Amino acid sequence: MTGDIAAILGIDGIATGAVYALVAIGTVLIFNVTRVIFIPFGDIAAFTALTLAALDAKQMPGTIGLVVVLACLACLIEVVSLVRAGEARAIPKAIFFYLVLPLLVVAIVWLTMRIDPPAPVRILLALMLIMPIAPLLDRIVYRPIADGTVLLLLTVSVALHFALRGLGLLFFGPEGVRTEPLTSMAIEIAGIHVSGQTVLIVTAALVFSGLLFLFFDFTLTGKALRATAVNRTGARLMGIRPARAGTIAYLLGSLMAGVSGILIAPVNTIFYDSGFLIGLKAFVGAIVGGLTSYPLAALGTLGVGILESFASFESSAFKDVIVFSLLIPILLWRSFTSQHTEEEVEE
Amino acid sequence: MTPLQIRLVGVAAVLGLVAAPFVFGSFTITLLNYIGIYSLVAIGLALLTGIGGVVSFGQAAFVGIAAYATGALTAQAGYSPWLGLLLAIALTCGVAAILGYVTLRLGGHFLSLSTVAWGLAIAFLFGNIEGLGRYNGLSGIPPISIGSIALVASWQIYYLIWGFVVVVIVLCYNLLDSRLGRAMRALKGGNTLVESLGINAFHIRLLTFVLAAFFAALSGWLYAHLSRFVSPGPFEAHGSIEYLMMAMVGGSGSVLGGVVGAAIITLLKNAVQDYLPLIAKGASGQLEIVAFAALFILFLQRARQGIVPFLAGFLPQPKLAPPQAAAPLPRREQPAPGTPLLKADAVERRFGGLVAVNNVSFDVRSSEILGLIGPNGAGKTTMFNLLTGALRVNSGDIAFAGKSITRDAQCHIARSGIARTFQHVKLRPQMTLLDNVLLGTHSRTSTGLFGGALRLNRAEEASARCEALQQLQRVGLGDKPYELAGNLPLGNQRVLEIARALAADPLLLVLDEPAAGLRRQEKLKLAELLRSLRSDHLTILLVEHDMEFVMSLVDRIVVLDFGSKLCEGEPAAIRSDARVQEAYLGGVA
Repeated sequence: MTGDIAAILGIDGIATGAVYALVAIGTVLIFNVTRVIFIPFGDIAAFTALTLAALDAKQMPGTIGLVVVLACLACLIEVVSLVRAGEARAIPKAIFFYLVLPLLVVAIVWLTMRIDPPAPVRILLALMLIMPIAPLLDRIVYRPIADGTVLLLLTVSVALHFALRGLGLLFFGPEGVRTEPLTSMAIEIAGIHVSGQTVLIVTAALVFSGLLFLFFDFTLTGKALRATAVNRTGARLMGIRPARAGTIAYLLGSLMAGVSGILIAPVNTIFYDSGFLIGLKAFVGAIVGGLTSYPLAALGTLGVGILESFASFESSAFKDVIVFSLLIPILLWRSFTSQHTEEEVEE
Repeated sequence: MTPLQIRLVGVAAVLGLVAAPFVFGSFTITLLNYIGIYSLVAIGLALLTGIGGVVSFGQAAFVGIAAYATGALTAQAGYSPWLGLLLAIALTCGVAAILGYVTLRLGGHFLSLSTVAWGLAIAFLFGNIEGLGRYNGLSGIPPISIGSIALVASWQIYYLIWGFVVVVIVLCYNLLDSRLGRAMRALKGGNTLVESLGINAFHIRLLTFVLAAFFAALSGWLYAHLSRFVSPGPFEAHGSIEYLMMAMVGGSGSVLGGVVGAAIITLLKNAVQDYLPLIAKGASGQLEIVAFAALFILFLQRARQGIVPFLAGFLPQPKLAPPQAAAPLPRREQPAPGTPLLKADAVERRFGGLVAVNNVSFDVRSSEILGLIGPNGAGKTTMFNLLTGALRVNSGDIAFAGKSITRDAQCHIARSGIARTFQHVKLRPQMTLLDNVLLGTHSRTSTGLFGGALRLNRAEEASARCEALQQLQRVGLGDKPYELAGNLPLGNQRVLEIARALAADPLLLVLDEPAAGLRRQEKLKLAELLRSLRSDHLTILLVEHDMEFVMSLVDRIVVLDFGSKLCEGEPAAIRSDARVQEAYLGGVA
């Protein structure tokens, strides 16, 4: 391997890593606020890419059907649980948030598509369509067991991923998509050719992590989210509703995952089931930060991206084997460096 | 139900299984074959997940290792399937032992995440190794032969499969009712208790892990020779979650639940494949997985307990006779009264900037009751945890019976003769009183895996049971040995902890607030019990807040305040000590 090839692989790895980083930051955010290890996050990224591809092809994306189905289901569950709790007065509000709002998004997309919007608007539409999915899933799947153990929530997450994979095939079909590059520019850095897409990916990752940082430090909502992450009960006593904080975390995380999906779609062909590997690799990176530190998660995913890039050069068949085998030493290192309190798994 | 009736039901079930091929057609028998094969994996997961508390998302990979091992050996190299069985077991258990050794020290969800990782990595390997046919798989695997009879027809291999299942069920039930099985059942709920009983939690967890892999290997071997073809598909993450589903739906922690779960999921899958195309043409494959995942999520939300434990709640409780008298277990020799038994020398423990125990030295002499007292936050419980090895000292030395135990693991310290109770009661609420106390005898007994599974060492088991019952009677809980520990009121739970500690036949009994939550009469009885133990030359170290209880009982007192030793002496002297009064009541102005 020459220096040139190493440099190209390195840059490629950084770009891939930056995409994973966005998903990883979302994963960490959701884990902190809700304790859910949201494995289906990669699916959200893949669905965004598939949505954008459908919009580019002037077709109605399958996401519309998915959002409508989930919204109806979530609304039904919420209304039933409100009636059972004797809080019928809150039903109109529930219907607005769980049914009308998602349907409004669908309607906007549907109407806008009739006037053949330009590419940036299509990207915006794709992001808008993807954002309701995770919060709706939260209501349907996780809210009833919000106080369960991390392990229970993880088991549910794995099951949910398989459900989403099936739904993905149902709504998007088996064909892979690759969207138009967002830019055709290219620059040379120290004699190495760097595509504009790579620059865009890294820039987007930096911008969105920066925005998240500002959101956490300078807005009350951001601080409420951090408070919930530190101590749910304490936050509740201060008038912060963990459920609402969870919804905001899912929305923000979905935005990050959606952006990563849009960034990766021109580089890799995305299938309905590509999300699992994206999500898990982001996850391997997030573990480096013990699922709690955002900067370490970002660094970890960069490492995963670079490793994957070099591994696929050496032996493309085994690159996934290598990446996942790597998780075990990382986990071990985490378990030796962190003092985890042991009694969290009391019967 | 009496044990005899339970046995009769078991015999009837086996006869039913034997008769099945004469009653049902080959389609049903094939279905039963697959149920049996999946049952084996699900039983392993019931042990690992339900009983050991390790949620594995990678069990299908173990089935795959076994299936590919026997497939490669028989189809490619032409050896006998029976040799394939040996290779499948050796390879699967070997891989499991290595993976387990590396990952089982991880806690909770991190451990489960690691199972996702190696589960995926192994599945990717099958699809990418040239010699294993990549994604095309291995075909031409021969059937299993017994003598000159090849098990080709589905009813022939049916008897082999269900023979395996029945044997595995019996062995599992035997094992769970033995010394190691009790240790396995105690794993769920934290290591501290398990280690304090002299049980090496890591070893037991590893054993459970390899055992689950062993059952998966049996399943993989049968699968390869039943379907005569292996490809990576069934061994991917999707397969693992199905096995997990079987174990959890059947009832996590129930061996029979594994079989019931495998049957339900397999039949449901079959039904879904039959009926979904009627509802949605062309999309049934996708809908199947969605329907299953949705059902599993619903199950996890609503009925985590599982089917078998739910149904068992309706059955009459088994009526068991109390343990019979048996030869006593060997006892330790108690050291001569008055000799120093435990020596803490300049012990120090810091948590970050906080010095919880600061340069504390004291002795515990044989056959005395020593009280450790001090205001809240004085460092008493930390001191206890240091003495029993639950925490490590930052500096200083602790010696027990003449040997330094400063660097010893918790379970070694327990084995050398220190038994303890906990300030926050640590019991296994789902186990009976007798089983909880039997846990205490773990370090005095020696029955191993095979002895337990084959019921070879019943004399020792009878002695242990007899000992456990005696200890229960000694603390006044002997009348209902088969009650669940979780049903006891708090005061009795504390007393049960003492019985468990006594069952270990300790040299030193370490009690953390034994009288908390007891009523006055119970306290008097407890004090009487502790006095009688002292007269049997047992040494006792206790932390207690009830001054009346302490002052009337103990021989000497050590007072801690803000992590340091304030003073040491006989109760009367401590009572009149000005420094102690100030520490408890504030300065006398």
